[in-house]
Amino acid sequence: MQVEVRLFAALREGRFGTQRLELAVPCPVRDLLQLLSICEGEVFLCLVNGQHSKLDRKLADGDVVSLFPAVGGG
Amino acid sequence: MSGYYGTLVRVNLTTGKISTETIDRAVAGKFIGGRGLGTYYLKKEIDPKVDPLSPDNKLIFATGPLTGSTMPAASRYMAITKSPLTGTVASSNAGGYWGPELRFAGVDLLILEGKAPKPAYLLIHDGKVTIHDASAYWGKLVGETTDGLLAECREPKARVLCIGPAGEHLSPIAAILNDKYRAAGRSGVGAVMGSKNLKAVVVRGTGKVAAAQPDKAEALRKDLLALIKANGVTGQGLPTYGTAVLVNIINESGIYPTRNFQTGVFETANQASGEALKEKYLTGKDVCFRCPIACGRYCKADDVEGGGPEYETLWAFSADCGVSDLGVVIKANKWCNEYGLDTISAGATIACAMEMVQRGILKPGEVDGPPLQFGSGAAIVEWTRKMGAGEGLGAKMALGSYRFAELYGVPELSMSVKKQELPAYDPRGLQGHGLQYATSNRGGCHVRGYMISAEVLGIPEKLDPHSIEGKAKWAKLFQDLTAVIDSLGLCLFTSFAVKPDHYRDMYNVVTGRSVTTDELLAAGERIWNMERLFNLAAGISPDQDTLPKRLLKEPLLEGGAKGKVHRLSELLPEYYRERGWTPAGVPTEEKLAQLAVK
Ligand code: SF4
Repeated sequence: MQVEVRLFAALREGRFGTQRLELAVPCPVRDLLQLLSICEGEVFLCLVNGQHSKLDRKLADGDVVSLFPAVGGG
Repeated sequence: MSGYYGTLVRVNLTTGKISTETIDRAVAGKFIGGRGLGTYYLKKEIDPKVDPLSPDNKLIFATGPLTGSTMPAASRYMAITKSPLTGTVASSNAGGYWGPELRFAGVDLLILEGKAPKPAYLLIHDGKVTIHDASAYWGKLVGETTDGLLAECREPKARVLCIGPAGEHLSPIAAILNDKYRAAGRSGVGAVMGSKNLKAVVVRGTGKVAAAQPDKAEALRKDLLALIKANGVTGQGLPTYGTAVLVNIINESGIYPTRNFQTGVFETANQASGEALKEKYLTGKDVCFRCPIACGRYCKADDVEGGGPEYETLWAFSADCGVSDLGVVIKANKWCNEYGLDTISAGATIACAMEMVQRGILKPGEVDGPPLQFGSGAAIVEWTRKMGAGEGLGAKMALGSYRFAELYGVPELSMSVKKQELPAYDPRGLQGHGLQYATSNRGGCHVRGYMISAEVLGIPEKLDPHSIEGKAKWAKLFQDLTAVIDSLGLCLFTSFAVKPDHYRDMYNVVTGRSVTTDELLAAGERIWNMERLFNLAAGISPDQDTLPKRLLKEPLLEGGAKGKVHRLSELLPEYYRERGWTPAGVPTEEKLAQLAVK
């Protein structure tokens, strides 16, 4: 199965903006972070298909995962 | 007097009479300062039914008890008046350096009355106020006015607050600018200043705002600086990327209003994001007085440079107009700062006009400038200039989106509340924030209770943006706390890291009072109710606590909030109950007695 990962702000630095990843089995977001060497502490917000999600959310084929570090504004 | 309010300066521009009064301590205690105290005076001194652009309206500049103190981000002043855009109370705040300078000059509140017989500016030098001829500056842009006045006054260290041509033309979306790039942007406060023939207020002060308890204040300042630094949002996110870092978060959530709120996903947001701004255009920072957060940007595109653009500005000219070129956004922002236009209202009005063209309501033959087509960078730059200069169709657009669309019989295409343009978050995917838009005391506005904090960012706790449960209570809490922060004279962004108890501590160490957090929040509620009473008396009926029909009836078609509309009719009754108001939205006698406000 394939998922799309989008990284933003400081999480992008030294990594990538958008990448498609092949996963052998459906796994939680947490495992994806490990795969990408991103510490959980670095992730402030996680969206799956535009919905706020916890890191234990299991990913399905075609999911879009957007990850953000601590940011804010207004 | 340490950190405490004392001095009110009153200038009658019609007669030239200048007087100094002492602010009643009990009143200052009850309404804190800034937004609260300024609104108290406005409500007491003007007829709420007054024509906002007549000499009978007053313009009040109110600092807070913390403005100019050593507390972090204590940079704010409020411009308070009756709004020509909304007809409600207007209180627009700005950072920079002007507010603190006013306090250093020994003035806590400045009340401007009447109308000068010819263009005038005020010079305030350590408490001494003089009125001068500003004919040479009338018609001039903000940058030139600022530089010219600094030279004329021979006060290079002075701070200048002024209007641009938009305020002179009485555009109801005209802003007041200070320190060139900081705007008291919303609700047309610039037009009120223009209606008084007042071009500028130049201030120089050499005093200090001393704390009543200096040792405690210093210890608290250090603690708060550490807290702000350790917090991810205020210590890393905002300093590195500025507010525009929100672009991608809001867009990925499917609530980034695009093409006049026709969708919540802007397909090229990433090209016009805070990250892209930093990479390609950022040349420095534009930081307010003693601010450890330092969110302000300074950008350059070709030969145009200046402060900003902030998130809301960037959105208004980018996604809302379907434009993905940040270079032109920087140019449109610059015109807003130079002509003195509110960036949110200006961008959103162009977006509304673009939809009117898209729907064939505004005919291409009437468009005496670049075609008003979604996606046109040339259009946003030139139409901003034309609105600022009051040229051709631009003069009509400078009335704001509601009045402009109304001229063509389609006010429903104006994405506004109480005629003020909504900012950069689609309420269809944010039930609490949408309730806040509908009930804000100054019309469409995100900073009267920034529920994005809880519904998107998870501060102070994560709330499901699509749920309505508990949102009325949260909206009230956010609104009351914001009224406190605005009245203290602090930047709202402190609230990402600073807790209500810290606000209490700051207030107490600086003023020497000893209030509790509950008392401070009650003052916030008092201020909110006082503003509501002003609006009701001004003829703004509770049925205006609503949202544009599109947001209530037409579900979003894509993205994370697909299928959603805003559920205002379910939320509003609960909100009125939480507020202790009647089902019709009027504060009850009991509530007013409890808050001791009339
Ligand atoms: S956080 Fe930004 S807007 Fe607020 S005071 Fe600091 S620099 Fe100014």
